[in-house]
Amino acid sequence: MTTVCWLGFAVDARGAEPGLEASVSRQGGGLTDRSNAWPTAAQWRRVVLLEDYNTRVVVGGTLLLGVAAGVIGSFTLLRKRALMGDALSHAMLPGIGLTFMLSVAAGGTGKSLWLLLLGATVSGLLGLGVILLVRNLTRLKEDAALGIVLSVFFGAGVAILGVVQRMGQGHSAGLESFIYGKTASMIASDAVRIAVVAALVLVVCTAFFKEFKLLCFDADYAASQGWPTVVLDVVMMGLVVMVTVIGLQAVGLILIIALLIIPPAAARFWTERLGMMALLAAVMGAAACAVGAAASALFPNLPSGAMIVLVGAALFLLSLLFGVRRGIVIRWLRRRELSRKVRQQHLLRAAYELREDDAVVPNLETALASKPIPTRELLRMRSWSPRELRRELRRAARAGHVVVDASDRVCLTADGYALAARVVRNHRLWELYLITHADIAPSHVDRDADAIEHVLGAGMIHTLELLLAEDRAPAAVPASPHLIGGAPIPQPK
Amino acid sequence: MSSVFERMLESLRNWNGALDGWIVVAGVLCAAACALVGSFLVLRRMSMMGDAISHAVLPGLAVAFLMTGSRASLPMFMGAAIAGVLTAMFTEWIRGAGKVDEGASMGVVFTALFALGLLLVVQAADHVDLDPGCVLYGAIELTPLDTVRVGGYDIPRVVLTLGTVLVLNLTCVLLLYKELKISSFDPALATTLGINARLMHYLLMTLVALTAVAAFESVGNILVVAMLIVPAATAHLLTDRLSVMIGLAMLLGAVSAVLGHVGAIALPAAFGYESTNTAGMMALMSGLLFALTIVFGPRHGLLSRLRARNS
Repeated sequence: MTTVCWLGFAVDARGAEPGLEASVSRQGGGLTDRSNAWPTAAQWRRVVLLEDYNTRVVVGGTLLLGVAAGVIGSFTLLRKRALMGDALSHAMLPGIGLTFMLSVAAGGTGKSLWLLLLGATVSGLLGLGVILLVRNLTRLKEDAALGIVLSVFFGAGVAILGVVQRMGQGHSAGLESFIYGKTASMIASDAVRIAVVAALVLVVCTAFFKEFKLLCFDADYAASQGWPTVVLDVVMMGLVVMVTVIGLQAVGLILIIALLIIPPAAARFWTERLGMMALLAAVMGAAACAVGAAASALFPNLPSGAMIVLVGAALFLLSLLFGVRRGIVIRWLRRRELSRKVRQQHLLRAAYELREDDAVVPNLETALASKPIPTRELLRMRSWSPRELRRELRRAARAGHVVVDASDRVCLTADGYALAARVVRNHRLWELYLITHADIAPSHVDRDADAIEHVLGAGMIHTLELLLAEDRAPAAVPASPHLIGGAPIPQPK
Repeated sequence: MSSVFERMLESLRNWNGALDGWIVVAGVLCAAACALVGSFLVLRRMSMMGDAISHAVLPGLAVAFLMTGSRASLPMFMGAAIAGVLTAMFTEWIRGAGKVDEGASMGVVFTALFALGLLLVVQAADHVDLDPGCVLYGAIELTPLDTVRVGGYDIPRVVLTLGTVLVLNLTCVLLLYKELKISSFDPALATTLGINARLMHYLLMTLVALTAVAAFESVGNILVVAMLIVPAATAHLLTDRLSVMIGLAMLLGAVSAVLGHVGAIALPAAFGYESTNTAGMMALMSGLLFALTIVFGPRHGLLSRLRARNS
């Protein structure tokens, strides 16, 4: 029993829970024709130019669904409710079962699609209501609320379907394909329904763009400004319910969840603007659907639903790595750039502070330019290894900030001096600010200032100058509030 | 009204100690094993991880089947456990390295893994003739039919599997109770105390994966989630002590399992239908207990809070 059941899971997965149905038999080859032979040029042309009516419907329908799910998914992702679609799609099962039972009891066939869709919508909205109630009324968090609604509603649905199956009506079989979807055998009326919902999603999201944006980024602020956040939330989630209902019937559970989450999550890596993100998510969703459905049409062995998800996942992986705003590569490059800048500034500050005591301040520039600093003196200033120091010196020399002579001694150029003076000034300004306005002991400010001096902006510097203008007038570089280098910490007087 | 109760009683008159008894035992074992690990999931705000893992084990099962060519239990178990841990790792990596919201990264990972598993299954195992719906609804009703002889008794295989997982979960939780507790409530503190919070996280994920795989057979795919989360969430509303919460969660899960089987027979009978799916009814019953707790719970319940506000 064990093993049969497992494989029951595995194999049945094609048509059951997953809702990702294999498109094996659609190409006319039947179940026996499962070779992965490379398609001929004629087959390529038929699929790429959408010459098949069937392919046209499937590609068109899933593409529109990808657009609708991508747009509304962008908002739910930023609202931190990515898994809402997951819970709501499962919560629709009891509505479908009950509608079927009631309509049979009332003498109907129970097959009216609109009625079943209505039942699913009501059930989904009820699930949404329960999620919001549990989250707001109990100390449970959103994740538990989602899980409870998902599993209990689904359990109720399974129990109702169990009754339906034994009612002896004989035509309840359609119900399962209703909930599990049938991507590859989508018909024109499915595609039209998807088109209607997609249009509705686009219109509502455009009309409420500003409100949704506010809700996504700062719901508390929106509420404090008098926006009806609950109503907006319900409108937004209502759109998710609609997309899910339509998608559930057309492409199945997992695929609709994937379409709601993956393209928006991928789009997020490319942009910081919500409008652009929604647009990108729509494009990526559409692309994943078109490519996935076409691949499935070309290779009868590849189930279309799974292919769409996998193409989407590939797009996500590419975005995760190479997205120009938040991708891993770009963030790594930015971090490396910043830490290089920080090390260069440390070098210049070390040189500046070494010569600071030896020279009268106006002549510091000439002192730094004419009196070379031996490298080993610089080495003592910070905890850097000789190798690190040499590397930083090479970089600084390339940038034209220092000149290293033959006997390993360092002079600052005019550019280097200007930069060094600015860095030291930022550092001291922040130290003074910490001492005078944050009550931090002079002996402790060095490290704190070190952490932030490199990222002080022009505006911040100006504010600091204003703040400190009264006590000291730091037009030039102010004196250090503590001893420099490895000297003992001065005792407060 | 009385005729409704008569019908319900009548339906239960066919109760068979051996058949229905084993079904209830399987349900109770499954509920207890799930509640043990589920309590930590709820506390860590990772309830949906149960859902994600229970979907994402599919490629593990498929790869195990492809590699061994057999449907033996052990490779399947290992494949599923590896896939479960990978789900947790990928989710964590995408969340950390990509700065993606946890829910979204979970959604990306489990749908992609599921699709991958599906692809593998379609390539490999399509000749096997199988019972559809088994995964979804669970086959707990078939529990007593597949037995193993142990020490002279015929014990259903499912009961043995679930019992093993329960013992495993119990051992891990008892041995690592303090570590799991501290790392669930305050990972930073756990780290300063020398507890490897990351290791605890992945240990828990492994246990969830193993439990999910073992429970598929009895309660089906999604309903594992019900047993993982709902009793634990209910218990969370009833107490503030972790040990009590775990005990209560196990008890509540067991009660839902018993009520579920009785309800699956008796409830449809009240409306003149035949019995329905036990696993579905178990989830529904756990939801019912949860709803009762929300309203009537002694401290966090709506009624008592209302009374506290009025007095």
